[in-house]
Amino acid sequence: MSENTSQRSSLWARVTDPDTRHPFFDQIEKLFKNRTAVVGLIIISIFALAALFAPVISPYDPNENSLYDQLKQPAWHSEGSTKNLLGTDDLGRDMLSRLIYGARVSLTLGIVSVGIAFLCGSILGAVSGYYKGWPDNLIMRLMDIILAFPHILLAIVIVAYLGPGLRNAMIAIGIINVPRFARIIRASVLEEYEKDYVTAARAVGAGNRRIIFNAIFPNCLAPIIVQASLGFGAAILDAAGLSFLGLGAQPPLSEWGAMIAQGRSMILRAWWVMTFPGIAILLAVLGFNLLGDGLRDALDPRLRD
Amino acid sequence: MTGFIIRRILIVIPTLLGVTIVIFSMLAITPGDPAELLLGERANQEALESMREYLGLKKPLYVQYGLFLKRVIRLDLGETIWTREKVSKEISERFPATIELALVAMIISSLLGITLGIISATKQYSWFDYGSMLGSLVGVSMPVFWLGLMFMLLFSLTLGWFPMSGRIGVETDLTVVTNFYVLDAILMRNWGGLKDALMHLALPALALSTIPLAIVARMTRSSMLEVLRQDYIKTARAKGLSETKIVLKHALRNGLIPVVTVVGLQFGILMGGAILTETVFAWPGIGKWLFDGVVKRDYMVIQGGTLLVATTFVVVNLIVDVLYAVINPRISVK
Repeated sequence: MSENTSQRSSLWARVTDPDTRHPFFDQIEKLFKNRTAVVGLIIISIFALAALFAPVISPYDPNENSLYDQLKQPAWHSEGSTKNLLGTDDLGRDMLSRLIYGARVSLTLGIVSVGIAFLCGSILGAVSGYYKGWPDNLIMRLMDIILAFPHILLAIVIVAYLGPGLRNAMIAIGIINVPRFARIIRASVLEEYEKDYVTAARAVGAGNRRIIFNAIFPNCLAPIIVQASLGFGAAILDAAGLSFLGLGAQPPLSEWGAMIAQGRSMILRAWWVMTFPGIAILLAVLGFNLLGDGLRDALDPRLRD
Repeated sequence: MTGFIIRRILIVIPTLLGVTIVIFSMLAITPGDPAELLLGERANQEALESMREYLGLKKPLYVQYGLFLKRVIRLDLGETIWTREKVSKEISERFPATIELALVAMIISSLLGITLGIISATKQYSWFDYGSMLGSLVGVSMPVFWLGLMFMLLFSLTLGWFPMSGRIGVETDLTVVTNFYVLDAILMRNWGGLKDALMHLALPALALSTIPLAIVARMTRSSMLEVLRQDYIKTARAKGLSETKIVLKHALRNGLIPVVTVVGLQFGILMGGAILTETVFAWPGIGKWLFDGVVKRDYMVIQGGTLLVATTFVVVNLIVDVLYAVINPRISVK
């Protein structure tokens, strides 16, 4: 019994005791002490919960038309009602429900496009930094070419050729973000390459792939996590822009950027149709930027600008 | 120094070649007959055949690319599908509008951003500092097209202070010389026209300047904070100079060096970001033209517009790098 307690307390000590615990928990503690990061994390959690439980918490089906409820004003207006808290659009669809389902689209899109950028960028960056020489030159010149296009322009062009739609928008945004990840990983790998543990790993006979992914890679994670958080926000913003132009999500899918485009034609009659999706985008992107900034301060003070 | 500049210019050549390869291969990998894509569905057999000949479609891909490159170097960008106008002519009519908008947005964002950054740095951890840094985080998180629409709703539709869209009012008579309307109005001493052009510029430029403004403010703040910690600033204080003089004369000169790069890079990004802003405000520049081309699947417009914007972006970045080397002598040592 007493042995069990001491075991448990030692486990607890491994998390809380600053002298014996794994450095990972130091970082977590630092992160939670950072007010910026915590605020960002709270905002993101709200959006993530909304996205996860969308069918449970949204009052109506986001695509349910209602001829009798067209362009209802938000609840606090004289003509508004609590039935539709944020009013309805021109097809009588509940704005709040559409916004909640919109969180699903935006977060999925962020995960997929950042995932593409992260995966391709990590591999290219690691190869580039580890092997140096011609593979490095080739990969980095390729990245320069992608960076030679202003950000959203390349996404627009890629979608213009692949055809509009959410899937192609995610691919396009993923591609344009590859160079950012590749450059960061390359720089970290170049730095880590010189360290003793890499030499030690080679001395015990580890292969190149093992050295890159099992030894070096975990030590490069801090800047990548920061970039992933900032990239997530940027991806949501770019996707909203693409959808606003009609190149991303297609109707009737409730995507925030597409909702703004739809509300644009009734800007004078119904300001709320256009206003609320914009606020949703702003808050979600702000959440990821706050978290990214906080993470940078907590995990990697070198990156602070 | 000269060596650095020459090396920097040489790096641009493969990048620009890469850009042309990307633009060329986009059309090549798009399903369908490139000749038909470029001429539109309504083209007759004869025109299609001569277009195939012109593009060299029967020859191997690298020969086709060579022909493409040759045309690009001669600035022959073909004709648009919809207007049957020379692409180069349409570009020359619209490019000044985009440059004008981007320049004004850049002036707004640098002046405001640098001022905010300096005040934040001198009053670090004050309410002003927290407020402006939170403001700049909100700024970089802003969907600019939405902000533009909000400006439109508030300042032109509700308050009626500014015109809603376009470059100039229908009733305004302005002789166009350079296609930069503000410049044209000044040249012609047409003060009514100048006012009208500036009023039309205000909202799109303000919307477009949001993100660069936020970035410049953050950059100025951190750079100034670093400079203000230096020994020579302590010396200046010890000499008894006034704080204003220290900040504006001693610190700013070094503090602004990294800001110059950021401002320059933003200019290139503004050119791309203008696509959304120009579409919102019906601003007749390259961005809106390119977007209309995408909607109408006018591949000649897409090719020409992309090539122009990407080349401008690369050249602006080159100029920024060279300028940076000129104002910061430390870089040439590397």
